[in-house]
Parts: sequence; C-alpha cells; structure tokens
Amino acid sequence: MAKNVAEMLPGETAVIAGFTDDHIGLKLLEMGFLPGTAIRFNFSAPFGDPICVSVSDVDLSLRLDEASTISIIN
Amino acid sequence: MEQPNIKIALTGKPNSGKSSLFNHLTGLNQKIGNFPGVTVDKRIGFCQLDNNIQAEIIDLPGIYSLYPRTLDEKIVTEIFSDKNNSLYPDKVVLIADATNLKNCLLLLTQLIDLKIPTVIALNMMDLAAKSGLSIDVKKLSASLDMPVVMINARKGHGIYELKQLLLSPIKASSKSVFQIDAEIKPVVKIIRDYFNLSSDYEAYHFLQQTDNLVFLKEEQRNFIKTIAREHEFFPHKYQGAETVMRYGFIQQLLNGAIVKPSHRDWKRVSHGIDRVLTHRVGGYLIFFVVLFLIFQSIFAWAQIPMDFIDTSFARLSNVLSHELPEGPFFELLSQGIVPGIGGIVIFIPQIAILFAFISILEESGYMARVVFLMDKIMRKFGLNGKSVVPLMSGWACAIPAIMATRTIDNWKDRLITIFVTPFMSCSARLPVYTILVALIIPDSKLFGFFNYQGLVLMGLYLLGFLAAIFSALAMKFIIKTTERSFLIMELPTYRMPKWSNVGYTIIEKTKAFVFEAGKVILAISIILWVLASYGPIEEMNSAKKIVRAEAVALNLSEGEIQNRIASYKLEHSYAGKLGKAIEPMIRPLGFDWKIGIALVTSFAAREVFVGTIATIYSIGSAEDQPTIKQRLRNEINAETGGPRYTPAVGMSLLIFYTFAMQCMSTLAIVKRETKGWKWPLLQLFYMTSLAYLSAFFVYQIMS
Repeated sequence: MAKNVAEMLPGETAVIAGFTDDHIGLKLLEMGFLPGTAIRFNFSAPFGDPICVSVSDVDLSLRLDEASTISIIN
Repeated sequence: MEQPNIKIALTGKPNSGKSSLFNHLTGLNQKIGNFPGVTVDKRIGFCQLDNNIQAEIIDLPGIYSLYPRTLDEKIVTEIFSDKNNSLYPDKVVLIADATNLKNCLLLLTQLIDLKIPTVIALNMMDLAAKSGLSIDVKKLSASLDMPVVMINARKGHGIYELKQLLLSPIKASSKSVFQIDAEIKPVVKIIRDYFNLSSDYEAYHFLQQTDNLVFLKEEQRNFIKTIAREHEFFPHKYQGAETVMRYGFIQQLLNGAIVKPSHRDWKRVSHGIDRVLTHRVGGYLIFFVVLFLIFQSIFAWAQIPMDFIDTSFARLSNVLSHELPEGPFFELLSQGIVPGIGGIVIFIPQIAILFAFISILEESGYMARVVFLMDKIMRKFGLNGKSVVPLMSGWACAIPAIMATRTIDNWKDRLITIFVTPFMSCSARLPVYTILVALIIPDSKLFGFFNYQGLVLMGLYLLGFLAAIFSALAMKFIIKTTERSFLIMELPTYRMPKWSNVGYTIIEKTKAFVFEAGKVILAISIILWVLASYGPIEEMNSAKKIVRAEAVALNLSEGEIQNRIASYKLEHSYAGKLGKAIEPMIRPLGFDWKIGIALVTSFAAREVFVGTIATIYSIGSAEDQPTIKQRLRNEINAETGGPRYTPAVGMSLLIFYTFAMQCMSTLAIVKRETKGWKWPLLQLFYMTSLAYLSAFFVYQIMS
C-alpha cells in the first residue's frame, strides 16, 4: 500500500504520485496538486485535522479525508 | 448617468487583490445587487477610462477554474460561456498574484481557449520583489500573446497604465492551450455548429457542464445530452487530463518567463505567525480573546450612536405628532413610519462595527486560520469551519449573518448554518434581556467580583449558542446528502489589512441590511402599528370618555390621563384582542394577556417588547428604564396577590426570547436564500416550539 499525505509527519516532504479518489482528485489538480510535484507537510490543526501543506510555495489546508486520497512517494 | 461604452470583467483566484483593484477603479461609484435568479452578490461599478469612454466594471467572484463547485463559481462560468448574457464582457482583466503565478494561470488558459479578449494585471509586484522573484514580463506577454501590466492594487500603482491599456483595442490571444481529444472532436463540432459558437472550447464546455449552464433551454440541454450519449461522451472523463495539460503548458511558460525564482524563506514571518496563531492551546486562546474583543466593542462602541439614533427618532416622531394636523395619514407617518425607520437605523452601528472586524480578519488572512482551527470541532456538529463567521455575525444581526453563508460550498452545511444562526442572541434581544435581567436578578456580586446580572446575561448568550450547535447536531443526522464537503483552500500569507477595503465592506454590508431587511421591518412595523392603534370603533371612541371619568375619581394629572388613554386603546385594539386570545395558550408559561400583547407586537422584531410594555403599563416613554422597572416590580398578580413578575415569570420570558423566532426579516432572508417557504416555516415552527416548551419547563419548575 502506497503512502499518502495523511500519514506524513510535520516537516516531511514527498512527491505526489497520484489520487485514489477521482472526484476530489479533480479539485486537487486544479489547486495545483500535480503528480510529480513536491509536497511538504507543514503542521496540523490542534486536533490533528485539518492539516496545512505547501505545494509549489503555496500554503493550503486539507482535511485528513482529502489528504488520504493523495498518494505519495518519498 | 450616460450609457457605459464598454463592459470589463475582473476575474482571478481568491486573495489575488481583486477587490482592491475594483475599489481603485470605481471608487464609491459601485452598485451592489444580486445576479438575476440567484443570491450571489453582484458587484458592478463605473470607471471613467478617459474623457469620453466610461467602462462598466464587473467584479466576479474569485475562482480557480471554469469548473464550478459553489454558487459563486457557477455565475462566472455562466457569464463566460453565454454571449447573450447581459454581463458578458467586452474585455477581461485577469488579476494574477505574481508570487503564485502558477495557480492564477489555470483560469487564464481557459479564457484563452474561449477566445475572450483578456489582459493580465500582474499584482503584488512588491511582494514578488521582496521574495527575490523576478519575472520576464515581456516574454510572458509574448508567449501568451496577451498584454501584461504590472500593478500594485493596494497602493494604486499601475492603475493608469491599466486604464490606458483598456482603452486600446484588445484582441483575443491567438494561442490555443487545450488540444481536444481526437475522438471527441466530431461531437464538439456538432455542438459548435448547432449553437454557432466561436470556439471549440466553448462547445466543449457545453458538453462538459450541460447542467451548470442555466441559460440553456430545456430542449437545448436535451439535444446536447442526446448527442453526448450517441457519441459516448461522458462529462468529467476528460477533465483531469485537461487540467494536467493546462498545467503542463503553464510550467513550460513559467520556465521561460521566471528569471529568478523566489527564495525559500520569504514567508518566514508568515509561517512564524502561523506557529503562534494555530498553536494547540494558544491558537484557541487567541481566537477567544479576539472574539471577546469584537463582542465588547460591538456593545461598548455602538451604545453611544445607538442612544443618539434612538432619542433622535423619538424626538422626530414626537415633534411630528405635535406639528402635523390630526388624521390617520399623519398619525401613520409620525407614529408608524418614522419609528419604523428608526427601528432599522438603530442597528447600523452594530452591523458596521461587526463587519469592520470581520473584514479586518479576512483582509489580514486570519479568517482562513479561524476556519482551519474550528473546522474539526464544527464538523462534529454538522457544520464546517466556514460556519464560524455567520454564527459570529449572528450576534449582531441574523440577516447579514445568513447572507454570509454563501461562501459555504456544501449545500447541507450551508442549510444547517442558515437554520441555526437565528439562535445566536442578536442585538435586538439585548434590550429585552437588559430590562428583564435587571428586574429579576439582584444587582449584587458573586465573590465580590462577578456581577450576577452580567453572569445571567452571559448565560443567555451561551444558551443561544448551545441551542444553535445542538440543533445543528440533530440536523446532521436528519438531513441526508450525497454531496461531499471540501476544505481545500489556500491559507494566504498574512498582510496588513487595507483600510479602504474595510471601509468599502462596511458600506456594502450596511446598505445590504438597510435595503434587504429594512423593507420587511418597515412593512411589518407599519402593519403592527395599525393593529395596535385600531380596534372596534365604538370601543376606541369611548376610550377618552371612560378614562376621563375614572380620572376624576382618581384625581390624575393630564400626563397620567394621556398615558392611561394610550394603555386603554392598546388593550382594546386588534393587537390587544390578539393578546387576550392567546392568553390561555401562554398561561402555562406564566404569562398574562398583557405579556401576550407584547409577544404579538414583538413578532416582527423582538426589541418592540420594551416599547409595548411601556405603553401597556401607561408609562409615557420607553426611554425611562428605571420607571419601567419600578412599574413592573409593583405589578400585582390578581390571582395570587403577589408580584406579577416573579423570578419564575421573568426567567420563563427570558428563555422564550432567547429561543423564539420573532423576526420577520430573518424569515424573509431565509426564504430568499433557500428559495422557498419550506425552510423558513420549519425554522419558525421549530424555534417557537422549542421556546414554548423550554419556557414552560422553566416556569413549572421554578414556581
């Protein structure tokens, strides 16, 4: 099972490999989550959800549900 | 105003400085309305480009791409794909955030494929410079075959150049970014020929988003769907590939145009602030301090202008009733219309202050963090992070609060937020709270520090809030939906708020309140005035005779006689009859017919309670709070022989006012936002039942 963004730790970086949910994938693509792009896990909100990540120098928030649909390679 | 010569649309992603540019171009020459048929704010302004040419500027909601998800986004897609739309622009200005060019250009490449004449306004050049980023603007412009202007929308730099550019003829870019798949070319061609469209991409959009384009007629929609089925075209199948292809183009473009990328740590300060503001403990602490400050200012600062407005309108009404000749029309004017308008104007200070704060929080970038912090908790209750702003606004007034729910993209979350927002104790409840709390709660201190009255008042606000979130929780399980909710949003870099934008927001929201809610409040207050001033003719006519006869026996002064006449008339008016009619129903709550009259008159707006009570008990003016308090305290319950307003009755009334839906304008706004009577009626029924039952239990337990 490939790793996904929800499993990353603060400060960790990885490369986006693909999406496991087509519907959310479309929205994520539009926001710049492109396969092959680097993603950095910045920090999570106090209860661990949502999280803040950086993709091409942009800070974005994601819920864990959404983050878990982004598979990564690192 | 002369007819504008050209139509210009401003578009771009959220947080790219669109409203700053709009405010710079149009100044106060703005009109805020609604797009026809939907409840999305339409911001239109006028801009004199030179001595002869005036442009109509349309500020479109911020979007990332032409595949919409929210109501706001759908509007943009519709305008750009319908040449017959009255808002279809002659020219488009795409505002791009220079520090984050990549995300801004997705929409641009779509506009290129739609063959819409576009210019790029490259904004935030100051930040780009700070981050060490350097862009070859000439190359960017040449590669896109499109003019590019550098601007600083906050300071107004580059606006002149932009205007000059907009005066010159602009042609659509000759580039074509998205190559439509060979296997769907035939079906695209059929649609393009059928609708006589100017680009393949437009035809492709008709295929992709048949249901989102509301301007299509039913038979046109069926035609597209049939053709799509025949050619085995499935919407969304190609959307991902399209986005990837567009980003491929953008990456190549930026590889050539970006001379030097920004250095990594230019957001260091912003990230540092984030560490504090989203801290596990500190983050919430700071948020609650901010909330407390907002809350305090609304009540402390708004009090002076509100008192001023209150006395001014009371005086005006008084002067008018003395100066104008007698007659029903003049009475309507001086006692119905003028106080009615006063009842609207009095809310302006609180609404203005609240939206000043909300706008500052939004401008600075903190609001996105509030959404981020609160999302998890709010989701447990069927709401989402974006429900925080509407709920907070509910403390001032439910009307702008419900309008603020439009940013919530998920329909179920939005509906629940709309449904529960009126539970938040709005400013109209405050006068009722104040007088009743002062009446039944002793003015002493707990541990010599906490004022009991203050604690009870806070408790009432808390009670309203709890009612809101637990009702939301119940609705979470009742309403079924398959629509999924997202929280994929940008956390913008922190910035100082731009104060003029704050000013424009205040003006915009206040206007919306006055004209949206104001109409209803005025209409209802006139109806209620009529109900409370007229009754069966012989009873009303005999008022003076009967009271004067009593007065002789009691040896009353002229002022007291007038107050008694007013009281007698109210008792025998239609409103008075209604109050008496509902007495059996409200008796279990501890209320008598006098309170019944106040309930009837405050159906339209809660704050009317105080004025009605003042009239019923023959107190000259509602201003005189100590007198009202004294009079209520002395009121005797004929059945028990004890005081009428026992703590049980007072608490029961307080609870009733905390929960009950007594605001016609809120119902009107909810009807508009949910497009039907179903939700406002459910809301009315639910809130009133909850109020009734809670007041019933409180009274029965306490007495």
